[in-house]
Amino acid sequence: MSSALISPLDRGGPAQPLLTVRGLVKHFAVKGSVFGAKAVVRAVDGVDFEILKGETLGVVGESGCGKSTTARLLMHLIAPDAGTLIFDGEPVGTGGLAMREFRRQVQMVFQDSYASLNPRLTVEASIAFGPQVHGIATRAAIDRAHGLLDRVGLDPSRFASRYPHELSGGQRQRVNIARALALQPRLLILDEAVSALDKSVEAQVLNLLLDLKEEFGLTYLFISHDLNVVRFMSDRVAVMYLGKVAEIGPSETVFDKAAHPYSAALTRSMPSMDPDNRTEEAPIAGDPPNPINPPSGCRFHTRCTFAEAPCSATPPTLAAVGIGHKVSCLMHEPGSGHSKAAAS
Amino acid sequence: MSAPIVKVSNLTVSFLGGPSPICAVNGVDLELEAGETYALLGESGSGKSVTLRALMRLNPEKKTRVEGSILVGGQDVMALSRTELQAFRGKTLSMVFQEPALALDPVYTLGQQIAEAVAIHEGVSQAEGRKRALELFERVRIPSPERRLDAYPHEMSGGMRQRAMIALALACKPQVLLADEPTTALDATVQIQILLLLRELQRELGLAIIFVTHDIGVAVEVADRVAVMYAGRIVETGSVRDLIRNPSHPYTIGLLRSRADGALQKGARLETIPGSPPDLANLPPGCPFAPRCRFAIDACQTTTPEPVTIRDGQIVRCLRVGELEAV
Ligand SMILES: Nc1ncnc2c1ncn2[C@@H]1O[C@H](COP(=O)(O)OP(=O)(O)OP(=O)(O)O)[C@@H](O)[C@H]1O
Ligand SMILES: Nc1ncnc2c1ncn2[C@@H]1O[C@H](COP(=O)(O)OP(=O)(O)O)[C@@H](O)[C@H]1O
Ligand code: SF4
Ligand code: SF4
Ligand SMILES: [Mg+2]
Ligand SMILES: [Mg+2]
Repeated sequence: MSSALISPLDRGGPAQPLLTVRGLVKHFAVKGSVFGAKAVVRAVDGVDFEILKGETLGVVGESGCGKSTTARLLMHLIAPDAGTLIFDGEPVGTGGLAMREFRRQVQMVFQDSYASLNPRLTVEASIAFGPQVHGIATRAAIDRAHGLLDRVGLDPSRFASRYPHELSGGQRQRVNIARALALQPRLLILDEAVSALDKSVEAQVLNLLLDLKEEFGLTYLFISHDLNVVRFMSDRVAVMYLGKVAEIGPSETVFDKAAHPYSAALTRSMPSMDPDNRTEEAPIAGDPPNPINPPSGCRFHTRCTFAEAPCSATPPTLAAVGIGHKVSCLMHEPGSGHSKAAAS
Repeated sequence: MSAPIVKVSNLTVSFLGGPSPICAVNGVDLELEAGETYALLGESGSGKSVTLRALMRLNPEKKTRVEGSILVGGQDVMALSRTELQAFRGKTLSMVFQEPALALDPVYTLGQQIAEAVAIHEGVSQAEGRKRALELFERVRIPSPERRLDAYPHEMSGGMRQRAMIALALACKPQVLLADEPTTALDATVQIQILLLLRELQRELGLAIIFVTHDIGVAVEVADRVAVMYAGRIVETGSVRDLIRNPSHPYTIGLLRSRADGALQKGARLETIPGSPPDLANLPPGCPFAPRCRFAIDACQTTTPEPVTIRDGQIVRCLRVGELEAV
């Protein structure tokens, strides 16, 4: 894990997680659906995790499992139904860390590089906007914007006065990264930030993210559906399934020795890259179920090869199975009644 | 050896109407045997979809200039009349797309759409068409096929819709299936199921498949041979094995090396290809990869590389191919 820089901002000390997320819930009401008037999408349904200082926490899972909703909740772009956030030891919001200060310290880069930028602002104006709102003089804000453009590999003399439509996707994403860094945040949330880029450009942006992290002592929450990229970037990985965390632990553990049947199936679904050892059988059948009416008990039981009677009745809890390694599966819960579980 | 089922020679496609023409495809040669799966691999804008659409004559005819020759199942595609084209699409050559939701008709059930296609092409009754639709749904492994025939596209999950789209494409027993990134919008666990299904269909029906993708891993899972496209040209083609083990064009080498994969050390940097693909309305003379190529020499700025066969079936367009093999 990279060393967290000790700064005056580092109030809680190096052992204090930068962000602790507890019991996060967000349901969306869906209107006029076949499920009746009161149907809700359980987009995020009781999520707990910690982001340690200086680490990259990867988040993987199939589309609709709640990755982006989690990110938007952390950014306060939408209000949670329940849950608390603790930033460097201080509860966020009433009585703790002021919302305005939290918002400055946590920034986000989205997948769609174009929609994230104001088409009528030049690149330098977009980057300088945030600092200006936070009271920095125009001249100083523009200087900061130029410095950041240079840092993300865009020569300010060529790019500062361009408009978003005059840039390639990779260049626009560099501008978005510069803009997110302009407020000198401590945590950067990257939601599918490289997913729209071409492979050859993606590699450039991933390298840039690694360099910036070292230089500015940043912490990343890195969300992607590309498992190779997540593995390359992350110290730890959280696997989500239908609004819940199925497994969280060190990257190598989750990818090579997954304890949750879903994580194992997900990693075995990655193309093999070996023409003489192609995948012969799909690790799991079917599509992920609808989060409107998630399966009872363990949400994965409809697709799990190890499912037994207790799995459709008892929801498993996320509990430690090793150092820094937590799993939510009845096989790992003593006394759960699953034949593979210890007797308790 | 039998005659190839698809033979494309020196295909060029440019789009007119803008300030200067967009040269999307610039001399593509492609040969496909019956029962063979060929992957077209390349970055966004490299001309993969335009090439596929040229095979189906789906590019907007008024705005597009197409040159070269396209033979599919012995038919000269460019010479087909409107009515011949109708019979050709679906029957000889059929296509599946990345986003089935856009390709399927939202107001008809899937059963109706397939039955209709069969009825029109083969002059059979709707009831006969529906029987075929049911067989096809079973063939592509849609669970509860009878019930699903009466579903509308929006009532299905992404993976099921893609299976239904494949069933529709196979309705009139085509010889060649064109697949344009059919799994790009799907999740990893669903993608592998669809790739395995295509492999199985290819084997059992003797289909020839051209599979467009930007993901080398996906190409390895489905293809016998791979063609790497850059700026509207095939810069390298060969068997999947040769391409993975002995990539020989600087662009292919760069693509493989820039891939993030599990074997990399934490904190290591990826090898990168600098810059970005060229503007197709303003292609540089010489090798289009020259501005990004670390092996470029002066000649690369002026001379367009011709295809060179370096080993059985592996063809590379690079002026320095002989020298680089040693590197
Ligand atoms: N109808 C059109 N009019 C003008 N330009 C077009 C048209 N269709 C495609 N192009 C251009 O032709 C080039 C090649 O496009 P194509 O769709 O084949 O790319 P691709 O390799 O399939 O990329 P992707 O991976 O993004 O799907 C692009 O520059 C595209 O903008
Ligand atoms: N504003 C919204 N209204 C209704 N449903 C939503 C809204 N935002 C997200 N959802 C639903 O919540 C679930 C989780 O979505 P999301 O967090 O975007 O998933 P991911 O990013 O993991 O693909 C999905 O079923 C999605 O359709
Ligand atoms: S709890 Fe049961 S169904 Fe869920 S992952 Fe574990 S074994 Fe499978
Ligand atoms: S022809 Fe020259 S520029 Fe093009 S790939 Fe070969 S060495 Fe590079
Ligand atoms: Mg998302
Ligand atoms: Mg395309």
